[in-house]
Amino acid sequence: MVQAINRALRTAMAADPEVLLLGEDIGVNGGVFRATEGLLKEFGSERVIDTPLSETGIIGTAIGMALYGLKPVAEIQFLDFIYPGFDQIVSELAKFRYRSGGQYPCHVVIRSPYGGGIKGGLYHSQSTEVYFTHTAGLKVVVPSTPADAQGLLLSAIFDPDPVMFLEPKRIYRAVTGEVPEGDHRVPIGKARNVREGHDVSVFAYGAMIPPATDACQSLEAEGISAELIDLRTLSPLDTSAVLGSVEKTGRAVVVHEAARFCGYGAEIAAVLAEKAFYSLKAPVARVTGFDTPFPYALENLYLPNAARIREAIVATVKAA
Amino acid sequence: MPLLVSGPVATSTLATEIAPEDLPSIYRAMVVARALDERCLTMQRQGRIGFYVPVMGQEAAQVACAWALEAKDWIFPAYRELGLALVRGVTPEELLDQFFGNAADRLKGRQMPNHYGYRDRNFVSPSSPIGTQITQAVGAAMAARRRNDPIVTIPFFGDGATSSNDFHAGLNFAGVFRTPTIFFCQNNGWAISLPRSRQTAAKTLAEKGAAYGVPGVVVDGNDVHQVFRTVRGARARAIAGDGPTLIEAQVYRLGPHSTSDDPRRYRTDAELAEWKQRDPIGRLKHELVDAGQWSEERDSQLLEEVRADIAGAVQRSESVGAADPLSFLDDVYATRSPALEEQRQQLEGWIQTGLVKL
Ligand SMILES: Cc1ncc(C[n+]2csc(CCOP(=O)(O)OP(=O)(O)O)c2C)c(N)n1
Ligand SMILES: [Mg+2]
Repeated sequence: MVQAINRALRTAMAADPEVLLLGEDIGVNGGVFRATEGLLKEFGSERVIDTPLSETGIIGTAIGMALYGLKPVAEIQFLDFIYPGFDQIVSELAKFRYRSGGQYPCHVVIRSPYGGGIKGGLYHSQSTEVYFTHTAGLKVVVPSTPADAQGLLLSAIFDPDPVMFLEPKRIYRAVTGEVPEGDHRVPIGKARNVREGHDVSVFAYGAMIPPATDACQSLEAEGISAELIDLRTLSPLDTSAVLGSVEKTGRAVVVHEAARFCGYGAEIAAVLAEKAFYSLKAPVARVTGFDTPFPYALENLYLPNAARIREAIVATVKAA
Repeated sequence: MPLLVSGPVATSTLATEIAPEDLPSIYRAMVVARALDERCLTMQRQGRIGFYVPVMGQEAAQVACAWALEAKDWIFPAYRELGLALVRGVTPEELLDQFFGNAADRLKGRQMPNHYGYRDRNFVSPSSPIGTQITQAVGAAMAARRRNDPIVTIPFFGDGATSSNDFHAGLNFAGVFRTPTIFFCQNNGWAISLPRSRQTAAKTLAEKGAAYGVPGVVVDGNDVHQVFRTVRGARARAIAGDGPTLIEAQVYRLGPHSTSDDPRRYRTDAELAEWKQRDPIGRLKHELVDAGQWSEERDSQLLEEVRADIAGAVQRSESVGAADPLSFLDDVYATRSPALEEQRQQLEGWIQTGLVKL
């Protein structure tokens, strides 16, 4: 997946001289996960900018560049380190268009690796996507395949609005797959049907797609037909895909590795309660991380796995 | 700056130079740090520990600085402070327990290696986000002043951290409130792949203090005497109520940023070779030998002894069992919330049925 991200950046930069990158260790070092490998050589240090260690500096200057008409793509080394720049994101980036009555759109893309599974402990593992989905004015995208990573990133770079592009680092190298050539875009705001089913709808995204896929596949033998939807854009949510699936299956399981309380699953459950109540045959189930900081040595206990997802699906199907 | 200096201020009576008889102990601490680094880098490659941040090259600055402090002074470390921890009496075994995240680890296996804190050593628990400890140290200094405790607080951070928000806010507050704080910046030349020149257009990091009314000093961090003398001086000033000091210790990171890093991607072998010649351990050894306080023979004896100690510690630490699986649900709050109580029971069930595994 990380190569697909690299390709999308290269494609966008080759297509449009206004696209430029900024972040820590992205130039000579090619990014700590190598997402920007080779780009400094190809596009030069005016378009691949190694910055001082300051997230507010990175995001604030990216905003200024965007106001002036460029298309900056900022890399924040780990999502856990974005908070020194949080003010620039929620008070500024998300609100520029709105507060200026539409005069100052601000199309910055912020890419950041996020999530657990690499033994990163408290500060290299967190899934805090809902801080951003809760902020009006930001789009939030999470790819789970190389093709989506490439296609969604290209869409994000040429989107008129600010986009938080969250990269599930656990599957940077673990998930591979074919990627179409060239400027092939995947639309923001559209979920992807990973597998069709009629007994239960499973909603997941990012690094939860592989274990959710395993869980759904393993239930086939037991006669449970699970539909798996990769949400891939968390904001704006593809509500019709969510409702359409549950109107068909009557059951829903939401999976995310972020903490449970006020996690993204709460929004899905609320949408279903409001808009699909009469289609539901069973309570909506959530398979999530725990309401704790992210632990180091015990991370395998923290992260939802295929077995937990499977159990939740079975319980939901058996409930009614 | 009357706000906080409410009571009488103290005068430090501590010596301004290292006692010659202390030098072998200082040297020993540096040798232990180097040997533990080497051992941990190897164990990381073997997959026995998950990650490691070496201190290699910064031993003199850290050990001499810690030597100049008093045990009651509060250290606010970052993640590369092995030398400080050793002087504060943290044993290799305790450190290894933290690196393994085992049942004996005081942090209960929660933090990545190197993020250790020990309340009884006035060694505050660090996080990974760069710079955050700097303002906290200033706050602790304000509190100590309010209680008339004659101590200093001392945040440790790198050259990269001087670009962080908290560096600026911390110096500013310390200047305004004249806090007893020593800002100890280890300028090791690099912030991962970014050279010092990429963090600031200023000639030195120390001069950044001037804008906040905080005196800044550059020291050769490979010279234990200079570091000790400067820290003692800053400490005396702070205790006397004369306010904070920013110290820039110029050192070099001889190893990788961490075990996830490959420095050959961004720095030259020539640069590394040049700094290897200034290795602080070799330098102090020569000084001790020249002064007749040390010999090659004692040196190899020491190395052998230290390596054997560490090997023993590794063996003991590695045989300690894993952290209690349910323990990661503790310490979120002073008492467990109803939701956490429920999640704990759920997890217990999942462990019993084998649904989740370590
Ligand atoms: C706020 C924040 N941004 C980015 C990082 C990622 N990161 C970890 S260490 C580091 C470089 C720090 O350099 P420096 O302050 O010089 O300390 P050194 O590692 O050299 O001791 C970076 C960028 C981080 N930990 N925190
Ligand atoms: Mg540094």
